Amino acid sequence: MTLILFAFLALIALAGGLGVVLSRNPVHSALSLLLNFASIAVIYFLLHAQFLGVVQVIVYAGAIVVLFLFVVMLIGGNIGPYRHGSRTVTSVIAVGLAAAFLALVVWSVVQVLPMSATPVGAPDAGSVQAVGMALYTDYLVPFELASLLLLVGMLGGVVLARRYQPFAEDETQ
Amino acid sequence: MDLSSIDLRAIGAWFHGLLISSGMSQTGIHVIEALVGALLLLIFGLTLVIFLIWLERKLAGRIQDRLGPNRVGPYGLLQTVADALKLLTKEDVTPLDADRVPYNLAPGLAVFHVIMALAVIPFSNRVIGADINVGVLYLMAVGAIGSMAALMAGWASNNKYALIGGFRVVAQLLSYEIPLVLAMIIPVMVSGTMRMNGLAVAQGSIFGFGWFVWTLPLAFLIFFVASLAEGERAPFDLLEAESEIVAGYNIEYSGMKFAWFFLAFFMNSWVLAAIGTTIFFGGWQGPFVDQLPALGVIYFLGKTMILFFVQAWVRATFPRLRIDQMMSFCWKFLVPMALVLFAAVAIILKLNLPQPLEAITLLVANVAILLTGVTLLGRTQRKALYAPKRAFTPTIPRL
Amino acid sequence: MAIPLSWYLIVAAALFCIGFYGVLARRNAVAILMGVELMLNAVNINFLAFWRYVRPEEPLGQVFAIFVLAVAAAEAAVGLALIISIYRTRKTINIDNIDLLRG
Repeated sequence: MTLILFAFLALIALAGGLGVVLSRNPVHSALSLLLNFASIAVIYFLLHAQFLGVVQVIVYAGAIVVLFLFVVMLIGGNIGPYRHGSRTVTSVIAVGLAAAFLALVVWSVVQVLPMSATPVGAPDAGSVQAVGMALYTDYLVPFELASLLLLVGMLGGVVLARRYQPFAEDETQ
Repeated sequence: MDLSSIDLRAIGAWFHGLLISSGMSQTGIHVIEALVGALLLLIFGLTLVIFLIWLERKLAGRIQDRLGPNRVGPYGLLQTVADALKLLTKEDVTPLDADRVPYNLAPGLAVFHVIMALAVIPFSNRVIGADINVGVLYLMAVGAIGSMAALMAGWASNNKYALIGGFRVVAQLLSYEIPLVLAMIIPVMVSGTMRMNGLAVAQGSIFGFGWFVWTLPLAFLIFFVASLAEGERAPFDLLEAESEIVAGYNIEYSGMKFAWFFLAFFMNSWVLAAIGTTIFFGGWQGPFVDQLPALGVIYFLGKTMILFFVQAWVRATFPRLRIDQMMSFCWKFLVPMALVLFAAVAIILKLNLPQPLEAITLLVANVAILLTGVTLLGRTQRKALYAPKRAFTPTIPRL
Repeated sequence: MAIPLSWYLIVAAALFCIGFYGVLARRNAVAILMGVELMLNAVNINFLAFWRYVRPEEPLGQVFAIFVLAVAAAEAAVGLALIISIYRTRKTINIDNIDLLRG
């Protein structure tokens, strides 16, 4: 049962990923990204990480994909060649590198790990309490640094995306 | 018949026994029970909407000194059914230049996200789809999908009004999600649980006196205003402002697909009312609910209907805001106030006061923050009102 | 009944490679950012799988995954703001044409 579910979700995730990199329409890319993120969120639920599964949907589906869609629509979905046909050399190299990396990882995983590895205990460790306790005690400094990073990112986004105005607003008042 | 024997668990147990006697495996039974539960919720949601649409139209009619629907059936009760039949028989038009996949996916997604939200709402102590330990977060996650559906519809219709409507939806829903979430987190802090049923249980001390709306009135007010905006309701129905952008993101939809958006709209309002009931009004709690668990469903539905009524009341009464007013109200008033309240409640809870004192302190803090906020808002508004206005504003050359 | 750990790792690796291909082969700056997001997600699957199968008693893997989420959010915000400002000045988001610094 779990196996079927996992295989199904993995297939959807991979299909979504392929849709992101292969589709010609950027809006379709963003929607495939949404599909991919949603199926990954359910995979997190399978791993008993309910908190992260839900946060994945909130952050990725609720914010990041909307951001992508907004930018694509603002710029205009059809402006510029989204995927030129004539870039075969780079494409071939990229496919080769990606396939080589995948082969390497799969080979090493199969070599090193026994196929029958099972999860060990503690199904409740994915709860909000456990994660929150760890975040606010042992990992407080990294947590604050992450919040600082988000703040800087937010300011950077606002400053970069603002329209350049040589005349200050005060002069009109 | 003995009234106290009505126990909703009995039906579940009977069904479980039936499945076991048919000789199925444990997983099979589990899957079938989950599917039946989901189907029940779905049917409940969809039939409820028929009633809700009638109720809202009737209420709006009475409030605006009209009769409301009164032709089909007694008191016009079958009006919604007639409308649904009419929409079913209409031609299903897809614009030629529409982006087909998102265009057809969007109405489904819009209904889907509301139905998903029903899964964690406790109708009674036992009647709850899934009492997951991240219930409140789950509701936020599901709500995020709703703005996605509107954006998809707006984009895929290939219509400029629809696109503007879609952008407005995203701007509005994303902005008002922040005060909504902050207001929902405050009861979670007080009760120390994110389970929806846990929140309802935590408010059950003496009949009605344990409700969070008494100790956290400001949190409820913020939640209510934000839920009006999240439900795309009247003072905040900028996304379908007929006089500005015709009908918003669903302008190109006709027939059944339009009906789905319509359905999602009413369901969404009801679900927001249900969340408000569970978080602030004790959910299924009420007199004699311990002796007679089935009463919980009635209490819950009644309280939710009252909240829904208030939403419809506001919708029928107030005019529409301008979009810049709406956004600055959210970012300059609701969000700062919610943040201050959040910090104040956190500090009060850390003081570890004895129980009645803590509740009183929370109430005092809420009222104080509300009064300060409203006073400041009034002062700035008055200043803006009496500020000297220039007859002519020079245009600034923009590069 | 339980899913072997290696399956999670293989799925994550496949997603990572898809994102990797997207970053290398696409010319649209938005698509490249999407590829980066795919890669970050693949990393998150690995963190959670290792957490669940190797050290479930301490939520280190989840904490790391949360930091990855924060980084991804900041990266998307700044990256998209950069793309918008590039588009304003250059009227293109094709990375082959964004070569003002080329000597």
